[in-house]
Amino acid sequence: MTQVTMTVNGKAASGEVEGRTLLSSFLRDELKLTGTHVGCDTSQCGACVVHVDGVAVKSCTMLAAEADGADVSTIEGQANADGSLNVIQQAFQDHHGLQCGFCTPGMVMSAAALLKDNPKPSEQEVRDYLEGNICRCTGYHNIIKAIMAASGQDVGAIAAE
Amino acid sequence: MPKDGGIGASSKRREDVRFLTGVGNYTDDINIHGQAHVFFLRSDIAHGTLNAVDTTAASGMPGVVRVFTGDDFAGVGSIPCGWQVTDKHGEPMQEPAHPVLATGKVRHVGEPIAAVVAETLEQARDAAEAINVDITELPAVVDMKAALADGSAKVHDDLANNLCYDWGFVEENKAATDAAFEAAAHVTSLELVNNRLVANPMEPRVAVGDYARGTDEHTLYTTSQNPHVIRLLMGAFVLGIPEHKLRVVAPDVGGGFGTKIFHYQEEAFCTFAAKACNRAVKWTSSRTEAFMSDAHGRDHVTKIELALDADNNFTALRTETHANMGAYLSTFAPSVPTWLHGTLMAGNYKTPLIYVNVKAVFTNTVPVDAYRGAGRPEATFQLERVVDKAARELGVDPIALRRQNFITEFPYATPVAVEYDTGDYNATMDKLEEMGDFAGFAARRAASEAKGKLRGLGVNCYIEACGIAPSNLVGQLGARAGLYESATVRVNATGGLVVMTGSHSHGQGHETSFAQVVADMIGIDESMIEIVHGDTSKVPMGMGTYGSRSIAVGGSAMVRATEKIINKAKKIASHLLEASETDIELKDGAFSVAGTDKSVAWGDVTLAAYVPHNYPLEDIEPGLEETAFYDPSNFTYPSGAYACEVEVDPDTGKVSIERFAAADDFGNIINPMIVTGQVHGGLAQGIGQALLENCAYDDNGQLLSASYMDYAMPRADDLPMFSVDHSCQTPCTHNPLGVKGCGEAGAIGSPPAVVNAVVDALQSAGKDVTHVDMPLSPDRVWAAMQ
Repeated sequence: MTQVTMTVNGKAASGEVEGRTLLSSFLRDELKLTGTHVGCDTSQCGACVVHVDGVAVKSCTMLAAEADGADVSTIEGQANADGSLNVIQQAFQDHHGLQCGFCTPGMVMSAAALLKDNPKPSEQEVRDYLEGNICRCTGYHNIIKAIMAASGQDVGAIAAE
Repeated sequence: MPKDGGIGASSKRREDVRFLTGVGNYTDDINIHGQAHVFFLRSDIAHGTLNAVDTTAASGMPGVVRVFTGDDFAGVGSIPCGWQVTDKHGEPMQEPAHPVLATGKVRHVGEPIAAVVAETLEQARDAAEAINVDITELPAVVDMKAALADGSAKVHDDLANNLCYDWGFVEENKAATDAAFEAAAHVTSLELVNNRLVANPMEPRVAVGDYARGTDEHTLYTTSQNPHVIRLLMGAFVLGIPEHKLRVVAPDVGGGFGTKIFHYQEEAFCTFAAKACNRAVKWTSSRTEAFMSDAHGRDHVTKIELALDADNNFTALRTETHANMGAYLSTFAPSVPTWLHGTLMAGNYKTPLIYVNVKAVFTNTVPVDAYRGAGRPEATFQLERVVDKAARELGVDPIALRRQNFITEFPYATPVAVEYDTGDYNATMDKLEEMGDFAGFAARRAASEAKGKLRGLGVNCYIEACGIAPSNLVGQLGARAGLYESATVRVNATGGLVVMTGSHSHGQGHETSFAQVVADMIGIDESMIEIVHGDTSKVPMGMGTYGSRSIAVGGSAMVRATEKIINKAKKIASHLLEASETDIELKDGAFSVAGTDKSVAWGDVTLAAYVPHNYPLEDIEPGLEETAFYDPSNFTYPSGAYACEVEVDPDTGKVSIERFAAADDFGNIINPMIVTGQVHGGLAQGIGQALLENCAYDDNGQLLSASYMDYAMPRADDLPMFSVDHSCQTPCTHNPLGVKGCGEAGAIGSPPAVVNAVVDALQSAGKDVTHVDMPLSPDRVWAAMQ
């Protein structure tokens, strides 16, 4: 067992882990941060996306030990300080960018990473960026709208309906 | 102006906040103090004799609590099938036993052979590697037609053969249908495959069993679309636990699409093992396990023939389908290729004679059952493909041929035993022509051709039967359950309401849309209403969510219960207002006496119900809580018209969706935003079936597509923005809200539009291609062009 210590959503967190323990398992099982979801076992679906030192990673593909000393952000740390939804979260609700909610934490975390690097992405850029996040409910239409709206763009122009 | 609340408003979803902030409560988020974890050792052989399972070494491994094999379930019932189909000779289908853990034989890759319960999942997984399984491999039965040939290996040795049933519908129409083909001016025939799919809700299945020794009470937390159905099936038929000792909870569920309807072995195992081990037992499926154990969908092979007279009127239709059941009968599997498929073969058309033959076949593959649309996509695909092919053979416009044969008068009794109550197929086609800008297609095709691409336009219609269904009818058809829904409305003293519905929301937004209905009926704010679902200890009864039935059946039950509440509240109000009950009106959350300014607020009436100091106690009981069961008198029949425009790269065969338009008639609509989202998701799954998804087995019964590396899920860059409209509304005539249901339409209506479009594109280049089987992967399209 190995001792790991990291900052998660601004708070110090530590625990004992096996060498094979994944970051996603550490977050869910040790820290009880169950907002990070695991939807596949081949690093394809993206439900487990978190930020490690500001970079979006699939936490099912990273060992907890690798995150020792890192600054980790999860979906639980995304809301505004007063508890209200942040701009991306609010846009997902406003544009019905989620249905069952299972892929949503990964979508929100990926969207945040995208908009950090590309504040005004085109529809195609959003689609390309989300290639590693699978949603089975929405057909992506409203996720694309939500992310573009969160970036301050007029979504009426891209949505046909 | 959009409404800002109630029926017809695009109210934002209240459930979103917990999902967006990571505080949802999915089954895998539930951990019970002292719980152990189970890992299932699954067969990696499709068909074999199970000689021995040696668990000696595994039982001594670190952390192992107990290792179970099939022998441990000797006193336990078979996983039941909920629908018995009668074949064309009047005989019941062949129905094999379905053990919790394999005994005697293994029959598909992924079938659980043994289960290790250990302190941690890692320890359970490690110990499973130490189990020694002795299997003598047998020839795998994979191809359906080969499975029915003389001399085929048998999936079940105790059955006569691999034929589950040979179903004819309507058998009395067969001779007349054949005669109509003899007399036809033109016959179009088509052989096609409806490809096997895996539903793939993003949340894998999870089961947590718990047991309270002191009270002998079992609890199962499970990823289910219908917890009460699981309680009944598992309690009564598998484990012998009475309903009052068994609680089933399906909390936040991350998508279902049909595959979470069914009762699975893992649920029974965890419930059983929790008592046997005297501690909670948890199972979380990996994605690869999901591919090997979630019931699959579709997998039909069909020959369809359409007869037309000299004026291009459809005169008869006949089909022969082989439907894959897999190795065992999943909960509703037998109903999918029969009553959910044959009854829809009239489609939108007044074809007078129809005969449907379905042979359901056992194979050494994962069981196949309902997946979004369930039988109706299969019916729609073959019908809309053969109509399109007929139009091309006859040189007539595909839309004109459809319009010529549309049913235009309602109610309409089809020759396949159902009666459509309402519809207006020309209206949705008119809307589609406008949305799809068909007039501009020629220019768009020219633009595509200028850059070396082929462009095609595909159009189709669909009809579906939702809101399953009258219980007395489905009982005659073989259902082993009633298909009503129930709701209990509890009004609290201070005026807030709790609606306990048997419908289950796993992405559909019931917590929002159901509240809109009740808010509208009473005239109070939606925030005063809480929707409770998914827990048999909170909701008295329920049949669950599938077949787009929630608002049509569950919503109707809720309306009936709310009507009872309002009626009783009016009695209380009439007492408080000292007026005749017949003069009491409810509007905007207040009861008033007609023609006067006397009124009493909703909250005053509800308070009086629980603090009955001034109350008609001699006439009515205190309290304000009512239950209603609603059993529909008919199915509902959503319909619509869809159009797809594709570009095909002639060098690679790659298809891209350039435009997609959907004009649906869902009757009345509660929340347009949610309805649009449901259509989007259905379209993505239908387009996924048409272009990308395929569950593939090799000849040995090995599953070749058991991960997202091999099973092509639609991703954001595979799909376009959709154009969706549901302004054509012919309200359902037989339920109180006039609603039809919208959950499956997109998946039902979209595959033929895509294939029709690709065929159109290829023919535009002079290719003699009349059909390509789904998925239309680049290699298949390219090969078809050569």
